[in-house]
Amino acid sequence: MSLWEYANPARFMATSGAVLPWVSALAALALTAALVWGFFFTPDDFRQGATVKILFVHVPAAMMAINAWIMMLVASLVWLVRRHHVSALAAKAAAPVGATMTLVALTTGAIWGQPMWGTWWAWDPRLTSFLILLLFYLGYMALWAAVENPDTAADLTSVLCLVGSVFAVLSRYAVNFWNQGLHQGASLSLAPGERMDVAFRLPLYLAMAAFVLLFLALVLARTRTEIRARRLRALMARERAG
Amino acid sequence: MRALLLRDLRLAVRAGGGFGLALAFFLIVAVLVPLGVGPGGTTLAVIAPGILWLGALLACLLSLDRILALDWEDGSLDLLATAPIPLEAVAATKALAHWLTTGLPLVLFAPVLGVLLNLAPAGLAWLALALLVGTPALSVIGTFGAALTVGIRRGGLLLSLIVLPLYVPTLVFGAAVVTRGAAGLTTATPLALLAAITALAAAILPFATAAAIRVNLR
Repeated sequence: MSLWEYANPARFMATSGAVLPWVSALAALALTAALVWGFFFTPDDFRQGATVKILFVHVPAAMMAINAWIMMLVASLVWLVRRHHVSALAAKAAAPVGATMTLVALTTGAIWGQPMWGTWWAWDPRLTSFLILLLFYLGYMALWAAVENPDTAADLTSVLCLVGSVFAVLSRYAVNFWNQGLHQGASLSLAPGERMDVAFRLPLYLAMAAFVLLFLALVLARTRTEIRARRLRALMARERAG
Repeated sequence: MRALLLRDLRLAVRAGGGFGLALAFFLIVAVLVPLGVGPGGTTLAVIAPGILWLGALLACLLSLDRILALDWEDGSLDLLATAPIPLEAVAATKALAHWLTTGLPLVLFAPVLGVLLNLAPAGLAWLALALLVGTPALSVIGTFGAALTVGIRRGGLLLSLIVLPLYVPTLVFGAAVVTRGAAGLTTATPLALLAAITALAAAILPFATAAAIRVNLR
C-alpha cells in the first residue's frame, strides 16, 4: 500500500469519491465553527476594535495561497519525474483555488487596511509579493488554457511552475529590498512578546485547519472533474474514430 | 555554436529581423513619457530610472517571439534539435544572439535617453552599467518564455503574461542601481544582486528552455 497506487485514475476516483463527502462535511463544519467562534465569541481588540476579526479569513487564505503553489510545485515535480496523469491534473485543479485564495487575502487585507492604515492599498513588500503571486497564477492558468495537447500542456506548465517558484522567491526578497513594509510581522510568532493572545490564537488555528480542509475538498472535487473531462474526451474521440 | 550565433545575428540584422525596432521603441517610450508627464525637470529626473528600465524591458519583450517562432515555422528548430550540439547550448546561443541584437544596443543608447529624461549626470554611467549587467537576464528569461509558447498560435500576449512576472527581480534591482547611483549613494548591494540574478538565470534557464523546446517538438 503506497501513495503511488493513486496514480491509477480508477483507484484515485474510487478513494477520493469515498473520502470527498467526509472532507467536505468536515471543512464546512470547521469553517462554520471557526468563523462563528472568531466573529462572535472573541473580544474586540483594544486598538483595532471589531476589524481585527477579519484575521480569521485573511491569515488562513494567505497561508493557503502560498501552500497551494507549493502543492502545485510538488505535483508538477511528480508529473515530470514519474509521469502520473493524476498528479498533473491535481496541479491544474489547484491553480484556480490558489488564485482565489490569493485574491481573498488581498481583498480582505484591503478591507481591513482601509480603516486601519487609512488606505486600501500600499506598495508594501507583502502586499506586492502577493500581487506578483497572483500574476504567476494567472500566467500558469493561461498556459494551461492555451496549449491544446493535454500532455504538452502538463509538461510546459510543470516547467513554468518550477521556474516560477524560483522567481517567486526571488521576487519576494526583491520587493523586501525595494520598499519598507507597512504590514505587521508574522501572525503566528512563537516569541512571547509578539505572540497573540490565546483568545485569538485558538480560533485562528481552527480557521487555518478549516481552510486546509476546504482546499483539500476543492482540489479533490476539481481533480475528479478534470479526470472525468479527460475520460469524456477519450470516449468522444473513440466514438468519432469508430 | 559560433555558426548558429552568426546565423541568428545575420537574420536579425537583415530586413524583417526587427533589429532596429526595439531600439526605436525604446526611443519612442522616452519621447512619449515627458509628453505625458509634463516637461518639469525634477519629476522627470525622479521617474527616469524606472521609465528607462521599463522601456528596456518592453523593448526586449517586443522582440521575444522572434527568437524561436520563425525557426519553428520553417522547421529549422527540428534540425537544430537533431544537431550535434546539445539543445541547451542552442538555447543559450539563441539568448546570446537576442541580447547582442536588442540588449547591447539598448545599453549603448540608454545614456542618451537618460540625458533626454533629465537623469542626474552621476546616474548615466550607472544606467549603462545596470543595463549591461541586467539585460542578459531579460534575454535568457525571454528565451525561456518564447520556448514555452512557441507552439501556440498568436501566443504574444500569453508570452508577456508569463514573462513579465519573471522580470520583477531584475527590474527592482536594476532600477534601484540607477536611482541610487543618480542620488550619489552606494550601489554595491543592488548591483551585486542584479548580477546574481543574471548569473542564476543564465545558469539554470537554458536547461528549462531546452526542456520546453523538446516538449514542443514532440
